[in-house]
Amino acid sequence: MNYNWNWGIFFQLSPDGTYTYLQLLLFGAGWTLATALLAWVIALSVGAVVGVIRTSPIPWLVRLGNAYVELFRNIPLLVQMFLWYFVLPELMPEAIGDWLKQSANASFYNAVICLGLYTSARVAEQVKAGILSLRSGQRMAGLAMGLTLPQTYRYVLLPMAFRIILPPLSSEFLNIIKNSSVALTIGLIELTAAARSMAEFSFQVFEAFTGATVIYIIINIIVVNGMRWLERRVSVPGFISMGQPAAAH
Amino acid sequence: MFSNIDWNVIIRSLPYLFFDGMRFTIMLTLMATAGGIVIGTLLAMARLSNIPGLSHVAGAYVNLIRSMPLVLVIFWFYFLVPYIGQWITGASRPIQVGAFLSALVTFTLFEAAYFCEIMRAGIQSIPRGQVQAAQALGMSYWTSMREIILPQAFRNMLPVLLTQTIILFQDTSLVYVISVTDFLGAASKIAQRDGRLVEMYLFAAIVYFVISLAASYAVRRLQQRIAIIR
Repeated sequence: MNYNWNWGIFFQLSPDGTYTYLQLLLFGAGWTLATALLAWVIALSVGAVVGVIRTSPIPWLVRLGNAYVELFRNIPLLVQMFLWYFVLPELMPEAIGDWLKQSANASFYNAVICLGLYTSARVAEQVKAGILSLRSGQRMAGLAMGLTLPQTYRYVLLPMAFRIILPPLSSEFLNIIKNSSVALTIGLIELTAAARSMAEFSFQVFEAFTGATVIYIIINIIVVNGMRWLERRVSVPGFISMGQPAAAH
Repeated sequence: MFSNIDWNVIIRSLPYLFFDGMRFTIMLTLMATAGGIVIGTLLAMARLSNIPGLSHVAGAYVNLIRSMPLVLVIFWFYFLVPYIGQWITGASRPIQVGAFLSALVTFTLFEAAYFCEIMRAGIQSIPRGQVQAAQALGMSYWTSMREIILPQAFRNMLPVLLTQTIILFQDTSLVYVISVTDFLGAASKIAQRDGRLVEMYLFAAIVYFVISLAASYAVRRLQQRIAIIR
């Protein structure tokens, strides 16, 4: 390979004259995490609501929830990004549209909302699966004790369902971090975009991408271990056997 | 709000969108699925093998790819494939690689990591007794894999493999980042040329939605049919 490796590039000043390339990558990682965390808040809250109404006894609510999930799951994330960023402001009344286009950090807010709703459909799917995996006797027992349906969800069904779906939820959280890289197409300088611009300015393509890859791996390891800790922390003794597959029935 | 919308731009560009754009997308999806399943199955066999080191190497590859965003992997291979080509052909300079080949290599190797995990689950879903029975009958590792394990593993995992293919179909839109003309790339080019972002992106969203929804309904029906037979 006739490629000139230069690992020292990370400590050289970037063309902006104030920060080194390494610092630029770290800023990028900061935007990645900020986007992912804010979007995760939306994904979790909207996803929980949609997941719950899909298990509710009201048929039109169930259909509405199903339609929501199908809508967000069957359009590629990149297309959704474009719809939020390019199409939505045009369809708004002119004043709101202009305000949307000109606000500072528009691409960041767009990315957060788009990523949040996109992931909420996946979270809703997990929440529904978690609630349905509980024995139907739990719901009946809750109602028989005089709890209202919302109370049954709040105190009986959801606390267990969320514990059950913690492993798939943590992989959704890893996905939202990775998916935030799609926001580079609407101009957000997150980690992948930072690596891309570092590659363009310094011509050290492979060093730049290696740097980004290493940061992604570190984030990954931290999240995986954090989630494992959380799973142990919230596990209910005797209900879910932690760390080993459930026994076959 | 829909006052200055020009739907004619879609009609005018239909041939370009579908014959250039969608054909690229479908070709890429099908070939990357085929290649990804083959390499993914080999990776799954490597991950489950007893040969020292092999399972670690395969595992490291799968975990590495799965911890990276697809956009970053696309950039990696976009710059790496010319060097790989140089290494394979022994040329003196990094060789020129077409957009399709570069995208195909990227998606095949990326999806292989995901197909590997699916096939690993499929292989592990076959009772150990069948492996032992095959060995007792004198079958070699490859024969028992080919005749006993893999056919059943594929069948069990068929709905998951197809669902992953639908995800791949949607993910191919990300070749946009290396300016390749897939379906979305074609729509985006016309959108920017004619200043018709709203029409083209809405149309692209509808097309992706209809195809993915129809495909996932088909997978669901297939799943039910398989479940009845068993």
